[in-house]
Amino acid sequence: MVENKNIFEIRDFNIYYVDFKAVSNITLDIEAYRITAIIGPSGCGKSTLLRSLNRMNDLITTSRVEGKVFFKGIDIYHRDTDVIELRKRVGMVFQKPNPFPSSVYENVAYGPRIRGINKKSLLDEIVENALIRADLWKEVKDKVHESGMSLSGGQMQRLCIARSLAQEPEVLLFDEPTSALDPISTANIENLLQELQKTITIVIVTHNMQQAARISNYTAFMYLGELIEFGDTDTIFVNPHHKLTEEYITGRFG
Amino acid sequence: MALKWQTREKAVEIIVTSVGFLSVIVLLLIGFFLFKEAFYIFYKAGVLKVLFGTAWYPTYEPPSFGMFPLIMGTVAVTVLTAIMAIPLGLATAVYIAEIAHYKVKEILKPLVEMLASFPSVVLGFFGMVVIAPILSSWLSPIISERLPELLRSTNLPFVSTTLADMCYDKLFIASGLNISTAALMLSVRAIPIISSIAEDALTAVPRTYREASYSLGASKWETIWRVVIPSSVSGLSVAVILGIGTIIGETMIVLMVAGGAAVIPLWIFDPARPMPSAIAAEMAEAPYQSLHYHALFGVGAILFLITFLLSLISDFVSRKYRAIRIGEKI
Ligand SMILES: Nc1ncnc2c1ncn2[C@@H]1O[C@H](COP(=O)(O)OP(=O)(O)O)[C@@H](O)[C@H]1O
Ligand SMILES: [Mg+2]
Repeated sequence: MVENKNIFEIRDFNIYYVDFKAVSNITLDIEAYRITAIIGPSGCGKSTLLRSLNRMNDLITTSRVEGKVFFKGIDIYHRDTDVIELRKRVGMVFQKPNPFPSSVYENVAYGPRIRGINKKSLLDEIVENALIRADLWKEVKDKVHESGMSLSGGQMQRLCIARSLAQEPEVLLFDEPTSALDPISTANIENLLQELQKTITIVIVTHNMQQAARISNYTAFMYLGELIEFGDTDTIFVNPHHKLTEEYITGRFG
Repeated sequence: MALKWQTREKAVEIIVTSVGFLSVIVLLLIGFFLFKEAFYIFYKAGVLKVLFGTAWYPTYEPPSFGMFPLIMGTVAVTVLTAIMAIPLGLATAVYIAEIAHYKVKEILKPLVEMLASFPSVVLGFFGMVVIAPILSSWLSPIISERLPELLRSTNLPFVSTTLADMCYDKLFIASGLNISTAALMLSVRAIPIISSIAEDALTAVPRTYREASYSLGASKWETIWRVVIPSSVSGLSVAVILGIGTIIGETMIVLMVAGGAAVIPLWIFDPARPMPSAIAAEMAEAPYQSLHYHALFGVGAILFLITFLLSLISDFVSRKYRAIRIGEKI
């Protein structure tokens, strides 16, 4: 049997908030070691779908799902699935940089610590590696014991990425990671994502179509909770099949 | 039209400012009066003699105004209460803010807030007529008679001899009106105060911190313990400090159930006369401008200084942690 190149397989998937159907009947494959972008007008369910991939939606008590999501063949909504383990393997970076109110070091060491790693030398190594991978080490190596809150917005976001990377995730989910950042920080993060793609799978929700076009391999276009079109980013942007997709990417609504 | 609007604005400003100033001035005057009346006793009897004197006999001839037993009464009652109320109050807050199902929370939160404003005279009364008799006539025989008997019958070394004798001696409750009963009732007063302030502090922790923690694969407990509690330390400390402040200033409960003896309490079943109860009990009988009158103001001044210090500490703590949160220093 050939190795399955899809890391996520989403099948007939619905997500409700109480009775409101926010994500409707989605079937979608996400390929490993690629960047998949989810685009669509705001309120169309992008975040909801993204958060369902590592079950962050569980935190919203009114939300409920139907259908299946497989992560490497594991049915993640099965009741025997270990959510904690899932979230260690599928990390998430949020729209607004959200470092903990502690030092840069402690922010990155948080994940390893909850995995039970307490040895100083090992933690030092993990923290340094994660900061290097997030392209932040050069800027913070002399102030790892200063507050993570004292960094600039772009640095904070890279700190959050480093914090996730310290868990050695297989997938990182990004929910509009640059929408609160200036253009230079945005470019830095985009470069970083393309670098990270060599070692992990990335799913990114973005409001910014140029961003999707620049960095992603695949693009999913959602509208009113439904997946309208999915395919190669080039195809979606150059030669969309669906009229709605075309209207959206040419900026006729959004 | 424009002028009229500005005049109105100005008038409102003046009214609000003067009302604000008025209450500050009244407070300052009260403070001034307190210290003016208190000064005389320290001047007349000597600061050290008043603070550390162990005999509080204000109506004897010659009178003696050693406040140390009163101060130690307050300290003892406060420490005992803090041991019970701080852990319980904080645990209640964590339960309501983090663990309780939202339907339970909907009931529990207003209930606790209601308890926080429960009249203390009712608590004092309840302690006096219910808790105190239970302690002296039900609990005391069990722990100071039956327990030693049981221990003696084990025939174990130490347990059947020394420990049994110790129980017999120490666990006998001569009167239900003692610092333990007071601490118990004070806890009922302090727990809701601590837990409602602490609960607000926990709830105020940004959702984004919890999300970050969960997204890294932390469990609920790890998130509460390593993220939510550390990031609300300032609010939690303020809750504890205000709780302790309330205990120290609480008058009715200690007046009714602490036993009233102006001696230094040395054991948990000893009676005491904490500072507020001394003032409340004696002010009416102290002749105006007598030494006794000034001595009671002296007690009041010390009490004021202690609670003032506590609120300074709580202010300092919340400032310090706010600075950390916005990344000023760490
Ligand atoms: N916690 C929630 N409770 C109820 N409705 C929600 C909640 N979160 C999102 N929604 C609704 O679900 C829909 C999709 O939201 P979202 O996934 O955040 O959209 P997007 O990320 O594409 O802007 C919206 O209509 C939104 O109002
Ligand atoms: Mg969104």
